[in-house]
Amino acid sequence: MDRVAMTEEAAVVLRRLRVAHGPLMFHQSGGCCDGSSPMCYPAGEFRTGASDVLLGNLAVPGVEEEVPVWMSVSQFEYWRHTHLTIDVVPGRGGGFSLEAPEGVRFLIRSRLLTEEELAAL
Amino acid sequence: MATYAAPGADGSVVRFAPRYDHYIGGEYVPPATGQYFENPTPVTGEVFTEIARGTAADVDRALDAAHGAAPAWGRTSPAERAVVLNKIADRMEANLEALAVAETWDNGKAVRETLAADLPLAVDHFRYFAGAIRAQEGGISEIEEGLVAYHFHEPLGVVGQIIPWNFPILMAVWKLAPALAAGNAVVLKPAEQTPASIHVLLDIIGDLLPPGVLNVVNGFGVEAGKPLASSSRIRKIAFTGETTTGRLIMQYASENIIPVTLELGGKSPNIFFADVAAAQDAFYDKAQEGFAMFALNQGEVCTCPSRALIQSSIYDQFLGDVVKRTEAIKQGHPLDTETMIGAQASNDQLEKILSYIDIGKQEGARVATGGARADLGGDLAGGYYVQPTIFEGDNKMRIFQEEIFGPVVSVTRFDDYADAVKIANDTLYGLGAGVWSRDANTAYRAGREIQAGRVWVNNYHSYPAHAAFGGYKQSGIGRENHKMMLDHYQQTKNLLVSYSDQALGFF
Repeated sequence: MDRVAMTEEAAVVLRRLRVAHGPLMFHQSGGCCDGSSPMCYPAGEFRTGASDVLLGNLAVPGVEEEVPVWMSVSQFEYWRHTHLTIDVVPGRGGGFSLEAPEGVRFLIRSRLLTEEELAAL
Repeated sequence: MATYAAPGADGSVVRFAPRYDHYIGGEYVPPATGQYFENPTPVTGEVFTEIARGTAADVDRALDAAHGAAPAWGRTSPAERAVVLNKIADRMEANLEALAVAETWDNGKAVRETLAADLPLAVDHFRYFAGAIRAQEGGISEIEEGLVAYHFHEPLGVVGQIIPWNFPILMAVWKLAPALAAGNAVVLKPAEQTPASIHVLLDIIGDLLPPGVLNVVNGFGVEAGKPLASSSRIRKIAFTGETTTGRLIMQYASENIIPVTLELGGKSPNIFFADVAAAQDAFYDKAQEGFAMFALNQGEVCTCPSRALIQSSIYDQFLGDVVKRTEAIKQGHPLDTETMIGAQASNDQLEKILSYIDIGKQEGARVATGGARADLGGDLAGGYYVQPTIFEGDNKMRIFQEEIFGPVVSVTRFDDYADAVKIANDTLYGLGAGVWSRDANTAYRAGREIQAGRVWVNNYHSYPAHAAFGGYKQSGIGRENHKMMLDHYQQTKNLLVSYSDQALGFF
């Protein structure tokens, strides 16, 4: 049982970004403007620590290593009952996230976890 | 009523260039890579200009220009700099309509707001800091007889500023005015969603500043923002945006040991105590308008009152009244002066708002009004419009905890004062809050207990210069919009002077 998944369209973009930038990571943002969006960085670019939780690792077909998805612990407290799917839409910008110059933007789609799923996590 | 002609069309008050390069050293310089990106207007979704796609090489060039200009600019007298800032304000005021229409076209917001708020506030901001720098004093302390500590304000030198897309000109001015007043040279990166209007501003005011004092490098965060924020050649970085990028910028700043100011958003509570409805009078009307302020700027405001807390005893009546008020909000062409709510700034912003409306419904929140994309038809069919939306639900729901950055308010009820403050403070953020009550004691106590940097009491969404603005908790570090911002752009030089000719007697 996973907390986080991705769409096929997002996987296509991730494969492209992997070629251009090397291993990747996500950190889910909160707050203003481009907030509440998943930010994609070269692995290790964003320093995670005790204030973060690893939501899961995405196995992207065609990409050797998994892509970890992080969120701050405090934000996770409000999100833990939901399952997240990383999708991608046409768009512009978003912090220092790697996909922005390609004219696309990663986006979170959410659904409620069922009681069985929550028990399994 | 009036509808402004679209920029570039016959009769328009403003015209955009077909292309904008970087503004470096007082002139326009093509990007090192020769690449540009298209800039669409959110009003119709159509591309209206292209923008230089900046990279590290362009940032370096801008930093060269800034370092060339900073020493002389930093030595000018406060009076000289104040004159420049006042001239900038005068020019902006004389061109206010053109700037307002340009801002609306770039961002999608209603021209009614850019004419009445964004631009007048920006003009006043330059005047405020022109006055503040003239009035600023250093300090002299007589530590003991013959030993005197002098405290001087000195500019930092070259600073970096990264601007958000929700108030492209006003947020740039909030950062520029204090930085320039304090004698710094600036390298500024506008948001890639709204990169054009600042160039209309530069056309109007560029000649008033010595070349290199203000440099603008366009581009994407990862390609232009990162080289700026991580440069060892800036003495400070200021950023308005979201939490993850804010943390990343702090990391870069830690590598260079430079200060940051961060404004990172919020989930601001707007609290309506029962006595608000004690009479059906002008104040009750004002409070309803205060609720509807969630739709200001299409909800794309860090301080959007996106959580409304209504006391149980008036809940049904007040909610019924504000639903009517919200449904009376006129959505339409952003260049129509009657339009109250315009377009969201970008397609991905629209998609994000819709994804939140979706999760809100899944979590069991009730849609009291709105709840979908708005199709305005005609040439606006390609624009990014959302119906003003009111949800009823519980403060634990994600729509109560995450900044949607759209015209969406989540409403819940509270029983008593303690309950109100508890719910208000149950959030990661602490930027803004609103308190509405006819009882001064209640309003005062609540205002002091809410963990937020700005609490509006019996008003909302007012941003006058000289009222400090900034966040508690995860909403950021530092205060803008006030003379204390000068401190964020200045070093303190202490000269400790002995006027004694007596040795200490140690050696």
